[in-house]
Amino acid sequence: MTQPFVKKIKDGPLLCDGAMGTQLIDLGLLGGQVPEALNLSEPEKIKAIHRSYVEAGCHILETNTFGGSVIRLRGYGLEDKVYEYNFQGVRLAKEVMGDRGFVAASMGPTGQFLQPLGPVSVEEMEESFSQQASALIEAGADAICVETMMDTKEAVAAIRGVKRLADIPVLATVTFNPAKQGYRTLMGTDPLTAVRELCEAGADVVGVNCVAGPWQALEVIREMKKVSDRLLLMAQPNAGLPIMEGGKTVYPLGPEEMAKGIAELLKEGVNIIGGCCGTTPEHIRLMAQLLQ
Amino acid sequence: MILRELSEAVIKGDSNRANELTQKAIREGLAPQKILNEGLCEGMNVVGEKFRCNEYYVPQVLLAARAMKTSMATLKPLLKESEVKYLGKVVIGTAKGDLHDIGKNLVAMMLEGAGFEVFDMGTDVPPEKYAEEARQQGAHLVCVSALMTTTMPAMRETVKAIAQAGMGGKVKIMVGGAPVTQAFADKIGAQGYGENASVAVAVAKSLVAS
Repeated sequence: MTQPFVKKIKDGPLLCDGAMGTQLIDLGLLGGQVPEALNLSEPEKIKAIHRSYVEAGCHILETNTFGGSVIRLRGYGLEDKVYEYNFQGVRLAKEVMGDRGFVAASMGPTGQFLQPLGPVSVEEMEESFSQQASALIEAGADAICVETMMDTKEAVAAIRGVKRLADIPVLATVTFNPAKQGYRTLMGTDPLTAVRELCEAGADVVGVNCVAGPWQALEVIREMKKVSDRLLLMAQPNAGLPIMEGGKTVYPLGPEEMAKGIAELLKEGVNIIGGCCGTTPEHIRLMAQLLQ
Repeated sequence: MILRELSEAVIKGDSNRANELTQKAIREGLAPQKILNEGLCEGMNVVGEKFRCNEYYVPQVLLAARAMKTSMATLKPLLKESEVKYLGKVVIGTAKGDLHDIGKNLVAMMLEGAGFEVFDMGTDVPPEKYAEEARQQGAHLVCVSALMTTTMPAMRETVKAIAQAGMGGKVKIMVGGAPVTQAFADKIGAQGYGENASVAVAVAKSLVAS
């Protein structure tokens, strides 16, 4: 049975939103607290960011829950806040989006390595994501976006952690770096292997995020497509590599330049496009024009 | 030759074999410094090179580092007795506000593998703490890592804190991390930029030599 969200993706490309993290930085909201805490302490400001993306024309809002896994929050001594941060994160996005579009709840890396490289077992990893997902699903997320994954084994744990709770659509995007042999994750996995692992774990949409720009994302997507022509694909590139200008961090790829690259991704058949670090409502506005 | 086998074991990430060979080398009367340099550090140098040219990725480096660490645990008591010539003392950590430690851990391991004495301060380290630790340990080099652009300004503050503590000329600073660039390092007055863990080791060596 095809979920309404997945059917909508198949009907035509959808536009996801831009960055949350860099927007929070620009607004001076980060400083001493984890971003997820703002869901409780500054809900109106989070909603304002969501609103700016909806007004720019996005179909999907991602929630401010990227670092909300049990393992990561435990590192800050905030394990008891996992449910609230994640639940509220989805509620805020839903309040803004209404029934105009969808809410994809973000789940990012825990920051820990899996055994034998690190201390976390596969079971613990899955459980960490499962607990987070439980709050996200209860709050009414339309999909879960497992993103910025550098270890596909962790991504698989996240996908499994979600799917064992409910048959909710899962988008899974991985971060790659250019290496001599081609694009590889930090752990040395190539895009084809990554896609196979993610699909086998049950991901409904696969792709790439947090790469330097749309042309880098394009190279990764082209690799991924070699696995199958029936994949649903997603790309959320950064607005370039950050530079320091006058004491501020600036992402140099402007909306017009970025849109040119996004157009290429759409030509390649990517089903969901959006932006990661450094992208703004203006970036999204120009991407929305591409879809008209 | 046993030291060649030892470095092979480190390169292959075989902790048990590396430890066994370390113990064997000790029993055979080889100098601890020699075992460290020609066995362990030599292995990590090769690992660093493989990492630099994308033959090895994070998992292989971590396994090699573990093999080195296990062997170091066996070797350390003997090194303390004998005269250990470290290349220099390094204080390393992740910038204030940043909890990412993968890169920092890699660099710390490889600096140790290269023969530096490393004092790892962990993550979310305030600028003043770097200065304090550098003073306490008599460090030659402070390394600051950041994965989030939000925490990059803390690197500038660390440069200032070191200068304010009067160590400006004596303690060199190297910065690194995914969003960090040479231009950024230059802008904040850091003496070195480590583009990746391998380059960081080379830069560290040149900074302590100068």
